[in-house]
Amino acid sequence: MTEPLLEVQDLSVRFNTDDGAVHAVDRMSLALAPSEVLGIVGESGCGKSVTALSILGLLPSTATVTGSARFEDAELLGASRSRLRKIRGRKISFVFQEPMTSLNPVLRVGNQIEEVVREHMDLPRRAARERVVELFDLVHIPDPLRRVDEYPHQLSGGMRQRVMIAMALACDPKILIADEPTTALDVTIQAGILDLLRELRARLGTAIILITHNLGVVADLADRVVVMYAGRKAEEAAVGELFAHPQHPYTIGLLGAVPRAGGAHNGRLQEIPGRVPSLAELPGHCAFADRCPRADEQSWSEVPELRQVRPDHVVACFHPGER
Amino acid sequence: MTPDRQPVLEVEELVKHFTLGRGVGKGGRVVHAVDGVSFSIGPGEVLGLVGESGSGKTTVGYCVNRLYEPTAGTIRLGGADITHLSRRALRPHRRQMHIVFQDPYSSLNPRMTCGQIVGEPIRLHRLARRSELDGRVGELFDAVGLRPELRFRYPHELSGGQRQRVGLARALSVSPSLLIADEPVSALDVSVQASVLNLLRDLQGELGFSCLFISHDLATVEFLCDRVAVMYLGKIVELAPRKELFARPQHPYTQALLSAALVPDPDVQRTRKRIVLDGDIPSPIAPPSGCRFRTRCPLEQESAPRSTEEEPPLIDVTGQGHFVACHLVRRGTEAPRIAESPVELTR
Repeated sequence: MTEPLLEVQDLSVRFNTDDGAVHAVDRMSLALAPSEVLGIVGESGCGKSVTALSILGLLPSTATVTGSARFEDAELLGASRSRLRKIRGRKISFVFQEPMTSLNPVLRVGNQIEEVVREHMDLPRRAARERVVELFDLVHIPDPLRRVDEYPHQLSGGMRQRVMIAMALACDPKILIADEPTTALDVTIQAGILDLLRELRARLGTAIILITHNLGVVADLADRVVVMYAGRKAEEAAVGELFAHPQHPYTIGLLGAVPRAGGAHNGRLQEIPGRVPSLAELPGHCAFADRCPRADEQSWSEVPELRQVRPDHVVACFHPGER
Repeated sequence: MTPDRQPVLEVEELVKHFTLGRGVGKGGRVVHAVDGVSFSIGPGEVLGLVGESGSGKTTVGYCVNRLYEPTAGTIRLGGADITHLSRRALRPHRRQMHIVFQDPYSSLNPRMTCGQIVGEPIRLHRLARRSELDGRVGELFDAVGLRPELRFRYPHELSGGQRQRVGLARALSVSPSLLIADEPVSALDVSVQASVLNLLRDLQGELGFSCLFISHDLATVEFLCDRVAVMYLGKIVELAPRKELFARPQHPYTQALLSAALVPDPDVQRTRKRIVLDGDIPSPIAPPSGCRFRTRCPLEQESAPRSTEEEPPLIDVTGQGHFVACHLVRRGTEAPRIAESPVELTR
């Protein structure tokens, strides 16, 4: 494997709240290779978004972040604000879930992107304008010369998400972090955005961290997949390997819980009993134990560490295996 | 569905228009949310109503439940015309249908305990003596898989999945003949969705109520429904028995929708052909003339100029209940295939 572009090691995030500490992420490690698409999958509250936000120092001050996140030979965690500001939007940029709320409603969309371009690339107004039109073209917004002068409310959800992606790409970032980029969109629009991300990766070589709860999105776009549960990494493997040979009972449960077009399920969906645990207290045992059909004494007394069970396939479970 | 049995619900040429208020440039404009929709649901049948946002599927559900006053058309519940009944006259019919809403966070009264929420319809319809009420609520909690002690909890103390079970228990408390479920699982986490869908399916099998299941998710609809209606911009474009629809989708929009649905299997997902529709769903304020799908239809060339002039009627193309509204599909001819069906993919 080539030298990773971004390497996160032992990242832990704790929020201090009135009701005590919440451990949102616990000893998370990730490596992202150049132009790789890394999918992070999990349900709400598993820590997938917090992981991404903490890398760029975007968490509120109630968060305590420990560990390391190295990007281009420099440490991101604990870096000064001015330094992070030079990286955010320029080297590493973000696309959020809500294309409705992440644009300023009273500014023309073109001006909003122009602002990013001028801030980071120091271009004169005219050149910045040209760059914006070029970006709109890149993300396949039809009639870019007219669209740049429109306000967010004049654009549909799919178009707004394209504007967000154009903004994120404004400075040719090395890494694009896309947090549920298609969740708020309709099926047919979603397909277009996924195609766009695929095309951008191929054309510009941008590495993508794709955060989603949707296994279909991961199956479509990711090269490698990390499954998170209760703030920890449960499993990681190449996408084909993970879907063909899932090892963690949680991953297997998730795959069985989704109804599939074509009727491969026989009458019932696989259920995962119980619910995602509260993160207020990290249990001293496997966090999935209370929902797991394979849990035994060991699961209830120790925290499973990640271990390799197949080539390039790690899992945090005492009883890994397909089925 | 056997034709001699009376349908539980008959909807004929349902129209719902919303007049926009007097905002800037809005005066007198009309949103054509639902524009002539007809279907029926037989006893014990589950009909799926699928479409993207803005297709009018939720409006249909709200009209059927009379949360919206229909602009035109007829709604018959168990043979009785309820289209324009007054609130009072509607009351006896209310217990024949109940709705489960999408958002389990805002659809339960936060000031009532879950037991009160579930018991309220029984009380209002006077279906049980006061002394029997507790027992009945207990049975309902049991039926939807909630622990009995949750009766004394308030909605905010419950998880999303539990709340949706409370909503379901309330809906079933009056033993309705028709359940309207409006995206009942789309606000829930994947692992919780599965258990609610299984529950809905089990209860439907056990109690035998009919169901209008509204969803944007084709795979969910396929899991649960006997027949499926696909809506686009206020119209039904295709209606067929489940197996038939998924094996032989005819309307180009249905084909596109099926091809765009993500399959959680990288081998399949990455090799299949998918149709990405151009542009966005047009505004229901000024729907396109003729065929409403023509502005995005990959086959528009083939049906023009008829598509711009004439609205394709919904016709039974197989003679066995497969209805399609497309100029390119006629009785005995299949629509041009623009993508493989999901059934073909999993073979």
